[in-house]
Amino acid sequence: MSEAVQPVPLTAAKAVRKSFSAPLASVFVIAVTVLWTIPTFGLLATSLRPKQDVASSGWWEVFVHPDLILSNYHAVLFEGGFGNSAGMMPFLVNSLAISTPATIFPLVLAAMAAYALAWVRFRGSDTVFFIIFALQVVPLQMALIPLLQLFSGGAHLGGLTIVPAFDLSGTYAPVWLAHTMFALPLAIFLLHNFISQLPRDLMEAAVVDGASHFKIFRSIVLPLCTPALASFAIFEFLWVWNDLLVALTFAGGTAEVAPMTVRLAQLSGSFGGRWELLTAGAFLSLIVPLIVFFSLQRYFVRGLLAGSVKG
Amino acid sequence: MPTALLADSAWTDATIKLGNSFGAIAGFLGILLVVFFAAGRASGRLSRPLAIGIFLGPAVLLLIVGLVAPLVRTVYLSFYNDDSTRFLGGKNYGWALTTDSIHTVLLNTLLWLVIAPLAATGLGLVLALLVERMRRQALYKSLIFMPMAVSLVGASIIWKFVYEARDSSQQQIGLLSQLAISLGWEHPPNWILSQPLNNFLLMAVMVWVQTGFAMVVLSAAIKAIPDEVTEAARLDGARGLQLFWYVTVPMIRTTLVVVLTTVMITTLKAFDIVRTMTGGNFGTQVLANEMYSQSFVQFNVGRGSALAVILFLAVLPLVAYNIVQLRKERETR
Repeated sequence: MSEAVQPVPLTAAKAVRKSFSAPLASVFVIAVTVLWTIPTFGLLATSLRPKQDVASSGWWEVFVHPDLILSNYHAVLFEGGFGNSAGMMPFLVNSLAISTPATIFPLVLAAMAAYALAWVRFRGSDTVFFIIFALQVVPLQMALIPLLQLFSGGAHLGGLTIVPAFDLSGTYAPVWLAHTMFALPLAIFLLHNFISQLPRDLMEAAVVDGASHFKIFRSIVLPLCTPALASFAIFEFLWVWNDLLVALTFAGGTAEVAPMTVRLAQLSGSFGGRWELLTAGAFLSLIVPLIVFFSLQRYFVRGLLAGSVKG
Repeated sequence: MPTALLADSAWTDATIKLGNSFGAIAGFLGILLVVFFAAGRASGRLSRPLAIGIFLGPAVLLLIVGLVAPLVRTVYLSFYNDDSTRFLGGKNYGWALTTDSIHTVLLNTLLWLVIAPLAATGLGLVLALLVERMRRQALYKSLIFMPMAVSLVGASIIWKFVYEARDSSQQQIGLLSQLAISLGWEHPPNWILSQPLNNFLLMAVMVWVQTGFAMVVLSAAIKAIPDEVTEAARLDGARGLQLFWYVTVPMIRTTLVVVLTTVMITTLKAFDIVRTMTGGNFGTQVLANEMYSQSFVQFNVGRGSALAVILFLAVLPLVAYNIVQLRKERETR
């Protein structure tokens, strides 16, 4: 910020930077970038090559024989090609059908909870906040078995049924519910940080005007929090889209409800040889997150920073 | 909610499924609107508790059902036998601590926990320092950060392909084998099968995914260091690496710890890489995956739960440390 006024002072980053020799640093960064990009590029290249080419030569041959096709994608989406199913298409749809609600549910519930903890304060609200923060670290693996038992068998105390068994198998509901539950601690924590910094005058003025908490939440908090909500939504969407553990446990492995990650994990275990199909399938599962990432990168980064850097 | 059955046509199937999803969202938001409208009309002494209940209630209820109760129940199950009918005391824990295969699992988990986060954070820090000076830094940053958007399953398949090995008489299709041969190594091993090298090859995938995260967060922290601090150190004669070790690193210490913890927790809980690449075979098993296979493949809920508790105990110190930090910060605020 002072750069324009005083030419001499250097920022910390610049000062340290200066002392690394310039060309060597550039070479290092470029080398890492290339190393980081090549594997994904190899996957893309392989998915576009004909079957016999993939089997007989490395993908780097595309630079010599650029013979590219799209039929692997068609095969993997609609024909199956792995013997036992009708392709990836239903799994791709499942991924979308799981991710969208599983992004919106926790987002809305977390915003509500964060508002209550920040502005409707009550005795013990700080303690509640810390407990919620601490819950972030419960390994999901711990919650799987009890939650699965609850969904399939209900909850009983002695002979008394507290919660009846839901018949949710074959629906998305258990996956949505599980994702919503698991996302809440982080979502509440991040949104609380943001919502609690809203100007106090504004909130007090609204109360004086006689607005109810529900009105304040809808017409002041939500609009002002859009950036935070957007960045967390991206984060959560990617997280759910990329999740394997929750889906594997609550959706099983069928084309009815299981998302792409589950199918891919199955395929890579049972099916090593057909790289042209496996790579096409893998790239299909990457397309949506990559589009989200490259188009909304700024918000994504902001979402990450909200949690880890104190401004 | 109607069961989404796999319809004949892929498009019909898609319409039904997405219809279900958007119907659920609409229903959810609709219910909230009605509740808000109704509760907003309440006034007087009731309105505050009502607001607290409605705003906080659903989240707290879901957290109790989804995390707190399971936590308690898992601890309870870990003292019982495979189908939770007989009390075993600490036998499951005894089994976990005395079985050879579980020793390998614990050792591997420890290796993952130390090596992957340190490598990702270290490399991220170096990149954060170096990339700022370069033109087109946004491009480099995005490309290094990109794996963060990729699922661990996707990342595993990408790297499985890099590690693909064939008999050296054949033409190679895996990049690593080809590189090894080009560099004059006539018979490179089958990477994924070679112990203990395969463990490190699997960790490389995690480092590939997490380095960008570390870089982006640390670079933001470095930018936030006040100019005066660096300037004062420079006037005192600090240069280059000295400046880095005695000024930059201490100034971003908090962020460094947060990044390290975040990556550690991800590493500890993530089982996708091991599951997708080796299925835990060839001496690469880790706690998160062993826990899953004990409970869901071998159906020994007691042992699975005991491993989950061990996993939890391993994360606990990291969390405790973070909460202490958070409290300090809140108090100074």
